[in-house]
Amino acid sequence: MTVPASSVVGLQGRLLKQVVGPDRHIVNSLIARLLLTIVLSVSSISVLAAIDAYSFPDDNLRERYNSLIDELRCPQCLNTNLAGSDSMISKDLRREVHRLVLEGKSDDEVRDFMQQRYGDFILYKPQVKASTYVLWFGPVVLFFIAVAVMVKLLARRRDPSHKNVLTEVEQNRLDQLLSK
Amino acid sequence: MSSVNKSLLIPLAVFLVLVVTLGVGFSLKNPHILPSELIDRPFPEFVAAELHDPNRKVTREDLKGQVSMVNVWATWCPNCVIEHPELVRISREEGIPLYGVNYNDDVDKAQAWLRRYENPFVLNIVDDNGKLGIDLGVYGAPETFIVDAQGVIQYKHVGAVTRDIFETEMKPVIEQLRANQSVMRTAEAGS
Repeated sequence: MTVPASSVVGLQGRLLKQVVGPDRHIVNSLIARLLLTIVLSVSSISVLAAIDAYSFPDDNLRERYNSLIDELRCPQCLNTNLAGSDSMISKDLRREVHRLVLEGKSDDEVRDFMQQRYGDFILYKPQVKASTYVLWFGPVVLFFIAVAVMVKLLARRRDPSHKNVLTEVEQNRLDQLLSK
Repeated sequence: MSSVNKSLLIPLAVFLVLVVTLGVGFSLKNPHILPSELIDRPFPEFVAAELHDPNRKVTREDLKGQVSMVNVWATWCPNCVIEHPELVRISREEGIPLYGVNYNDDVDKAQAWLRRYENPFVLNIVDDNGKLGIDLGVYGAPETFIVDAQGVIQYKHVGAVTRDIFETEMKPVIEQLRANQSVMRTAEAGS
């Protein structure tokens, strides 16, 4: 994160043009301080982010590392991924993901490594297997049931024999109520 | 009103099924406790230094031969202090070897900690980078494993070991494993 020095100076210069008179020096130093603060705070953010930054021989590995720590779940936290957690176990697991990726392991091998140790919990995207069929296919099944029910209801609405469906008893009761 | 249209009750029935399923599903277990994948699997391979004897290399072979308990602990772990008196008691009274895994910790601090609180461990595996911890599926100390004589993990407890947990959960497992072991020994002797 770098702000080109020329643009800082340019901005400062443009701001200063609007200030004239004895206040100019005070304002000048205030703006300089403000800009310095902004530049320093921005640059310190990049330093913080670099503490955990691993080196990668190529961008492909870096992208795979980033997507893996994005999709693996921190085992200690209930709803944070490895990328977003500051816990010790997440740091250790990020280091392991980095090591495995550099060793040439495929994404699936990294997922298996984690799954063998931490179980399904660590996978935000669960594997398709007998115990997760309900999870994966339940919504599809529910959708088709909903469609079937809807089709049936619409068909019934169009069916003329279902109009005026009150039985004789019901009709009598209705008439009785309406006449009160 | 016996002529209520029964199909009107279907949504209510579906709703009740959902309530029961979700209610049971969410209250069955503490979501912080992960089921261990390690049960019935051999203790992971490792080579590590011993806490008080850095030249000694400890491996999983050191854990074999009898039923043992492996406790993952660290000086930064508050629950480890809480459970420690129970570990000391177990080491004195239960006749089961206790192995420590000093997890993500500092050797000097760990040694001082054991001097201060008493050392119940037969030996301590130094896992200063958390590597063995990861292979054990540890996500927070303390965690305690029961390992059988063949070096297979049979039980795992996450969190502090209390007297109650030891008596109701761990002791039955240990006794069962010891019984199996003596059956196997007699079978071997008889053949």
